[in-house]
Amino acid sequence: MSAPKSLRLISAFLLCVIFLLALGANFIAPYSYAKQFRDAPAAAPSAAHLFGTDALGRDEFSRLLYGTRVSLLLAPAAALLSTLIAGILGGLAGFLGGWWERAILASADLLMALPLLFVLLALRATLPLDVAPLISAMATFLILSLLGWPSSLRVIWAAARNIRESDFLLLARSSGSSPLRIIARQILPNLRPVLAAQFWVNIPVFILAEATLSMLGLGVMEPLPSWGNLLRGLENPSAFHANPWTIAPLILLILVVFCFQFILPSREDFA
Amino acid sequence: MLRKLRLLGVLTVFGAAAAASAQAQSGGVLHFCLHGEPKTFNPILVDDEAAENVRYLTGGVLIRLNRQSQALEPGLATSWHISKDGRMIAFQLRKGLRFSDGTPFTSEDVAYTIKSLMDPQLHSPTGDSFRSGEGAVEILTPTPDTVSITFPAPVAGLERLFDQVAMMSAHSPKKEMAVLGPFYISDYKAGSYVELARNPNYWKHDAQGRALPYLDGIHLDIQRNRDIELLRFERGELQLINRLDAESYKRLSKDSSSTPRNAGTGLDSDFLWFNQSPNAPIADPRKSWFRTTEFRRAVSSAINREDISRIVFDGHAKPAMGPISPANHFWFNSAIPAPKYDPQGALKLLAQAGFRFANDELRDKSGNRVEFTLVTNSGNAVREKMASMIQQDLSEIGIKVSIVTLDFPSLIERMTRTFDYDACLLGLVNTDLDPNGQMTVWLSSGENHQWNPGQKTPATAWEAELDKLMHEQATALADKDRKKAFDQAQQIIYEQQPYIYLVNRDVLTAFSPAVQGAAPTVLTPPAFWNADVLQLAASPQQGAHK
Repeated sequence: MSAPKSLRLISAFLLCVIFLLALGANFIAPYSYAKQFRDAPAAAPSAAHLFGTDALGRDEFSRLLYGTRVSLLLAPAAALLSTLIAGILGGLAGFLGGWWERAILASADLLMALPLLFVLLALRATLPLDVAPLISAMATFLILSLLGWPSSLRVIWAAARNIRESDFLLLARSSGSSPLRIIARQILPNLRPVLAAQFWVNIPVFILAEATLSMLGLGVMEPLPSWGNLLRGLENPSAFHANPWTIAPLILLILVVFCFQFILPSREDFA
Repeated sequence: MLRKLRLLGVLTVFGAAAAASAQAQSGGVLHFCLHGEPKTFNPILVDDEAAENVRYLTGGVLIRLNRQSQALEPGLATSWHISKDGRMIAFQLRKGLRFSDGTPFTSEDVAYTIKSLMDPQLHSPTGDSFRSGEGAVEILTPTPDTVSITFPAPVAGLERLFDQVAMMSAHSPKKEMAVLGPFYISDYKAGSYVELARNPNYWKHDAQGRALPYLDGIHLDIQRNRDIELLRFERGELQLINRLDAESYKRLSKDSSSTPRNAGTGLDSDFLWFNQSPNAPIADPRKSWFRTTEFRRAVSSAINREDISRIVFDGHAKPAMGPISPANHFWFNSAIPAPKYDPQGALKLLAQAGFRFANDELRDKSGNRVEFTLVTNSGNAVREKMASMIQQDLSEIGIKVSIVTLDFPSLIERMTRTFDYDACLLGLVNTDLDPNGQMTVWLSSGENHQWNPGQKTPATAWEAELDKLMHEQATALADKDRKKAFDQAQQIIYEQQPYIYLVNRDVLTAFSPAVQGAAPTVLTPPAFWNADVLQLAASPQQGAHK
């Protein structure tokens, strides 16, 4: 069941505003996200610094805008890639069955059984060091998407399997439709709601995963901000007392996660 | 008959203990935390901080290093004498001392302890410092109060090493649990706590003749999480924090019910270095930059250490320029100039080495943009902040720095096996005043000679000179000669900057107002080095646990 239409509209509007602010960071942000005002570290909000400054004297408002851009652009990209992988593999497993199904599900189970954090640590350690912060951020999200597909695959596989055993597919097969035509005309349209739902669900999951990695110092590299490394400012409670705006990335994160949940299309929307 | 004698002996011990307890002031039980599980209670096998703290509180040593004055003081030995060749040390022991279980302390116990310490089968980390050459250690015990120990080769700074050697009983059935320090281990629950009780046979008395220690005991909670430790301290459940970071210190400073204390600049240092290893799989222009003295000196000059101290450490750190902190009174070379932030001077040095600064970019002779990656350990907010500040400082002279944080095992792998990194930012926890503890850092063959470890022959003339000076200071017998050699070594390190020292952190501690007699110091253990004279106020409002 989806959220009431008004709530969905508000959520969509808020997401649009946040996206636009993030995309226009270059024009809106008063300072570079890396500029350190060393005479004003951990400063309270002022006319010069709307949201105050962080522990190194960097403008919190500018960093929030740039950080939002990094998290909000890269997380959907990662979610799209992850859903694509899950869709292809889950669709194949569900539609073809047999040893294909067993091999793909076993691979997914294996990946799910691996402790994600240690896999990420190992992958990060093997990556070359000499990469720009933006490339490093993209690599982080790429790794997340390459490791994050198995849970979606299970859902997509279950849906594909139902379709495989459905009467309409039997009818299509008996009428002599080619496998490609069956995939294009029968399976994909019926999997669309599940794929869409997985895509929307994965976006906040990846945002949160990046935030967790950044909290551990493994996410987006300094000085490039992301919601994850901005949230590290909350590790220090006294900084929050001095400047309540340090909580802004957390509020934005919660807001965006809720907005994505509210605009999530229901099965009826696809019917 | 034998049984009667044993009973009499036990009664005598208990009687003495009771008499001693009656004289002493009852001081309550002090609560604080160990930050890990002690791996052993055997004093000669101690290799971790938690076990070291327990050893400090329970062990009796022949010579004690006064943590405040940094001078050596008589402990279980009233006097000592070192032979001219530096191989033999003779001790005169205090008379009539007993272990915590009542077993008498004699020269046989010293002989037993030293034999155990030097036993190659036991691999004692404490004993490693005494291993000066091939051959056996000879121990003579002419009387119960005198003992002489002869080593196969001279040991530099020999008497200072005895501060780490807690005496064990050769005859006590309690083995290493019989101790000569102010407290003994009365209870231990793995993963939870170590309970120490007052040693009734402790030899020290205060100026008024009262038996020490004042405290009835110490309860050491095993707690790795520093945040929980801080919360428990704020709630009054703990009365002491041995080490605080600047952030927690600031937080406690605002709380009137606790007393954070800054003992001053400590021995620990944070520094960065460039990878100069010939085996490093890094591009060639970088290798040649990193090996250029002017380049390293320019980077050092372009880093604003005052800002790092003020912003990252909230002022609780001192800009550093050399390997020895000014907190180390004897070994610090005061001739080394104080660090100076000088980006213009840095650019001049770089120009001398053929680098060109134009359009906010630094380029080498061949026109390559000067850039490198600085790695540090992930999850360490302080180092990450330092790296960010260095990044901005170096951008002022046109150097582009990328920061990468790696988990510690991956970092160590790169530092010691693959050498696949440009520059690294780390720190050194230094507990030893004597430079002999840093031999593996400064000798070119040393494993911890991080910029180019394990060299078969010194790669540069200055490293060869450094090797010579380090050997000289390690073998010279007179402190004056050792100091002269090590001062020269420090001068070379300052001129060549293989490590670019950044700051020496202050030693920050905290006490509840209930703790009386606290005098924090920069040497380990900073807060409870004088545990035998600490007292707790009787008032429950002040947080004393009776």
